[in-house]
Amino acid sequence: MSRARIDARFARLRAEGRAGFVTYIMAGDPDPETALAILEGLPAAGADLIEVGFPFSDPLAEGPPIQRAAQRALGRGMTLQKTLDLVAAFRRKDAETPVILMGYANPLETPGYVAFARAAAEAGVDGLIVVDIPPEEADPLADALDAEDLSLIRLATPTTDDRRLPVVVRRTSGFVYYVSVAGVTGVKEADAGAVAPNVERVRAASGLPVAVGFGVRTEERAAEVARIADAVVVGSALVDEVADALAANEDVTGRVLTKVAALAKSVRTARTPSRGA
Amino acid sequence: MNKIAPLNDYTAYPDRSGRFGDYGGRYVPETLMPLVHELEAAFRAAIADPAFRGELDGYLTHYVGRPSPLYFAERLTRKFGGAKVYLKREELNHTGAHKINNCMGQILLAMRMGKTRIIAETGAGQHGVATATVCARFGLPCVVYMGAVDVERQKPNVFRMNLLGAKVEAVTSGSSTLKDAMNEALRDWVTNVHDTYYLIGSAAGPHPYPEMVREFQAVMGREAREQILQVEGRLPDAVVACVGGGSNAIGMFHPFLNDEGVRLIGVEASGDGMDTERHAAAINGGRPGVLHGNRTYLIQDPVGQITEAHSISAGLDYPGIGPEHAFLHDVGRAEYLTCTDREALDAFQLCAELEGIIPALETSHALARLPEICAELGPEGIIVVNLSGRGDKDVNTVAQALGRSI
Ligand SMILES: Cc1ncc(COP(=O)(O)O)c(C=O)c1O
Repeated sequence: MSRARIDARFARLRAEGRAGFVTYIMAGDPDPETALAILEGLPAAGADLIEVGFPFSDPLAEGPPIQRAAQRALGRGMTLQKTLDLVAAFRRKDAETPVILMGYANPLETPGYVAFARAAAEAGVDGLIVVDIPPEEADPLADALDAEDLSLIRLATPTTDDRRLPVVVRRTSGFVYYVSVAGVTGVKEADAGAVAPNVERVRAASGLPVAVGFGVRTEERAAEVARIADAVVVGSALVDEVADALAANEDVTGRVLTKVAALAKSVRTARTPSRGA
Repeated sequence: MNKIAPLNDYTAYPDRSGRFGDYGGRYVPETLMPLVHELEAAFRAAIADPAFRGELDGYLTHYVGRPSPLYFAERLTRKFGGAKVYLKREELNHTGAHKINNCMGQILLAMRMGKTRIIAETGAGQHGVATATVCARFGLPCVVYMGAVDVERQKPNVFRMNLLGAKVEAVTSGSSTLKDAMNEALRDWVTNVHDTYYLIGSAAGPHPYPEMVREFQAVMGREAREQILQVEGRLPDAVVACVGGGSNAIGMFHPFLNDEGVRLIGVEASGDGMDTERHAAAINGGRPGVLHGNRTYLIQDPVGQITEAHSISAGLDYPGIGPEHAFLHDVGRAEYLTCTDREALDAFQLCAELEGIIPALETSHALARLPEICAELGPEGIIVVNLSGRGDKDVNTVAQALGRSI
């Protein structure tokens, strides 16, 4: 079921001739109830795929926005198990939108990969991105995910050269996540011109759709990337909306979903002029 | 008679994928993987190159001041009334701790690799000072990440780093101590992949760091082994060292690993005590997990969030331990004891009063376990302790803990 959900979504996007919009939110941010409300609102606001971060105390590839989101979530008692509960609640209302969990290795170590994979599949998770498990360390995790038909989504980066690329795309499925900048999340901005040839390279090596993220914050940038990639990922900019809404004492869900809708619109229409649709 | 090869060759680790049994590995973001591979290749080429070795040895002799003496601590021995205590005097190195052995090796490697900017993390500031020192010596810009809490409690070292031309970045994320400094240094490295060399200060981090730092620190154990054979005509019964990330301990232990009669004893910081949550004892109070690029013992909560370590000594205030120690613990080749803040403070004062040596608070943890070990081994026994650093940096902390003002 799970891989099928991701594959079906990309097939539909291809048929529609447009890039997909992938939104990242942190489970439990700013609190479990609001996070569920945001999650449930994402598909209608224009999210084609959803990444749900499970918080970790030491997120070494995150910039300040997602670091703070993780702290907020941990402060509200969010855990990996509660993240799965969140996805399960979402699944009761949405059977089609792929959900990919994203986070770090250590919280997965406690249940163990096999038990985690089983619980994730049961909750309706479709894939997993683990930032600090590179291909060299991934076999035990890949075995566990394979057994449940879950995708292990790999990251390719500006430092992944042609020699290394085959290592990176081995045992991957669903799509490949191209990290558009060398850096942490939410700090540098992607340069679509520099990203384009890399997207081609990764697509050719993997035979899979390529989603681009890490440096996309604005509608303008999202549109640029949507012209060259199969999907555009936005994370820090959404997480910042949570923080800003909290600071301004505004409705968090409304503010995040408004931002999602605006970004989704620019992703959905990015290719329209050239395609003459 | 032929010498029988030891049943276990403990020196055969890490394996090619950087594993010490179940521990170690390379758990870093993909952006860093090519760099980690490049570093490993450069490290292997360097240590196989006699010119590199010759250059390093030259600096260790003339700049660091090696070999460091192995000193018979007569009055401590008498006080404990058991085994003879020898101190490996790493506090006499330039900059006052063992940390510079590793920094000298890595800075020469960084230059060989053509890197032009150095970053480091530091807890007590000893590794930061040692890094700033070698960067000054070779004219490379240096940024040192240090937890804001540690900046406060190790002020003299912050000033020293500034004098040496390094930029000290106070880290306020997480618990604002060593683990957070390491997160921030890794974030810098991911961001500045083209020119930056990350000079890790302990036998931790992703492969090849645990092996590389061990290699550069093993000069201590090799010297100590030779020195004790010279003065005593035999190997010691025990080698003792404090363990933060584990570099001073593994550097001393490694040359003795296959001497199975030599007990290897590491001492972890137990802060307020192992019956509290305020400690920094990864092996005694943690369980295996993944942090900072390797699988090892970690202090963590029941769902895998890393918890704050606590120790009066900033250099031991870390929730993990180098992966080789995790391995040596599991296979039973080394033992890991603990020492509280209070015991360390007592040992700090005792060593100053009896030997005229003010040890680092980190080192004091190793000294604090000597009474029991000396008694256990008895007067025929011989112990070598790594006097890993001097305690000048700690006088403010100690005065405060003792309720005195200076
Ligand atoms: C004097 C001294 N000893 C020991 C340590 C602990 O580090 P390691 O366990 O890597 O030797 C430090 C760390 O700052 C130190 O300064």
